[in-house]
Amino acid sequence: MRLPPRTVQTLMKTLLWALTGFTLLILVFIILDIFIKGLPQVTFGFLVHEPQDMGRHGGIFSTIVATAYITFLAIVLAAPFGVGTAIYLTEYTREGWTTRIIRFGAECLAGVPSIILGLFGFVLFVMKLGFGWSVLSGALTLGIMVLPIIIRTSEEAIKAVPQEYRQVCFSLGMSQWQAVTHIVLPAALPGITTGIMLSVGRSLGETAVLLFTAGAALRTPVTLFDSGRTMAVHFYILAREGLSMPNAYGTAAVLVISILAINLAAYTMMHRLMKKYS
Amino acid sequence: MTDQPQAKIRVEHLSLYYGDFRAIADLSLTIYSREIFGLMGPSKSGKSTFLRVLNRMCDLIPGARVEGGAWLDDEDLLAPDYDLVRLRRRVGLVLSKPVPLPRSILENLTLAPRLAGKKDPGELAALAEASLKTAQLWEEVKDRLQDSALKLSGGQQQRLCLARTLAMEPEVILLDEPTSGLDPISTRKIEETLSQLKKHYTIILVSNNTKQIARATNRVGFLLMGSLVEVGDTQRVFTAPKDNRTDDYICGRFG
Repeated sequence: MRLPPRTVQTLMKTLLWALTGFTLLILVFIILDIFIKGLPQVTFGFLVHEPQDMGRHGGIFSTIVATAYITFLAIVLAAPFGVGTAIYLTEYTREGWTTRIIRFGAECLAGVPSIILGLFGFVLFVMKLGFGWSVLSGALTLGIMVLPIIIRTSEEAIKAVPQEYRQVCFSLGMSQWQAVTHIVLPAALPGITTGIMLSVGRSLGETAVLLFTAGAALRTPVTLFDSGRTMAVHFYILAREGLSMPNAYGTAAVLVISILAINLAAYTMMHRLMKKYS
Repeated sequence: MTDQPQAKIRVEHLSLYYGDFRAIADLSLTIYSREIFGLMGPSKSGKSTFLRVLNRMCDLIPGARVEGGAWLDDEDLLAPDYDLVRLRRRVGLVLSKPVPLPRSILENLTLAPRLAGKKDPGELAALAEASLKTAQLWEEVKDRLQDSALKLSGGQQQRLCLARTLAMEPEVILLDEPTSGLDPISTRKIEETLSQLKKHYTIILVSNNTKQIARATNRVGFLLMGSLVEVGDTQRVFTAPKDNRTDDYICGRFG
């Protein structure tokens, strides 16, 4: 039995629409669930007060500080390595077995489960190098975790810069480095920014790595060697130990809003950059 | 005044291979200071490739291999340790496809000179203005120098790319089909410009347009399948070609 093409067309269109709609629905459901249960907790006091009684009462100030501190440090540490590797792979070496090995290595690193990466960070940074459970150990391990994302997205972004731009740069007597810094990187910046923002998102939501490396102290971390509990870890502990579901949801709501806000900020920033350079 | 013309670029037994394909075959040629040398020939005859050898852009083509010799003012420009940045500043190339950099019109012109060491903004602006005037673009863009160069029309972009090369103040200008996207009026303007530029620069003009070559050049070479068939004064080649193939090409019997 064969259906007429027009019927198939309509049928498939409906099916694809339904699949898309379902995907969207899941997202909306998750966000609504978190906001409905979490937002009532989120008051100004919740944001600026220290947690009390293991997080049963009080706010989440220290976890906000720890999250910002660790994420910022992880990205600052990982971005130069990631972007640098991408520049090397795309601009300074021809495609060959070395580049394939480097790329394969990055892919493998991306495939390592975060809990195993956490264990690695624990053994290397916490124990061997003696940094202890600290902001530094956590940021270093998180940095390793997001490195492949930054390499991959930066590489794609740099590759997408038209080859002709490089030819023009060289024919105008620019050195390779001048071509990279003045033309290629600015043109690739929107893509690189996207990769870094993806990494920020991954870092904000990471728990397994940080449980092993940054610890779960509820004090506000000040020095690099203080232990710190990020919002994601705080949420995990509150929910897992059944300490306070309302506060857990409050934390989740703040976390989700921050991620959305950062993505939005990155998007507008990117938009402005694109306007400037095109 | 009958002073001996001074050789600017000398090429001897030059061959270039892309893998097994020989794009330039045993080419010998001298180009003199302050002349417009035209290079004509059907497409794929090796004209553009030849230009790319002269500023070593051929280095960027994977699998390209050069044999023979080429000299700029008696410096061996094919030497492996030759300073390519300096070479490309002295020998400017305008590509056939105009590619403005994704910056403002002004920055397109001033970026290369600035990176070459000119820092004074007034001097850079003056340089940009002079180059735009020479390339017949100044009147159209003088009020919007800060606009993105990508917003210019195709013909304007082509003139911008010429101006950009002029702003580097090179000694030799290589032009690869500089008027391919231009209307007849702009084309004539560019050709007039070229005759002005001849006073200070050495110019090699590659074109498919034999009429343009006849109008704009002093001497001409006819390239066919990578080999130089005939070289001579433009007037002589166009009125009394020595080789039948040149005659056929000029008369449009093939190409």
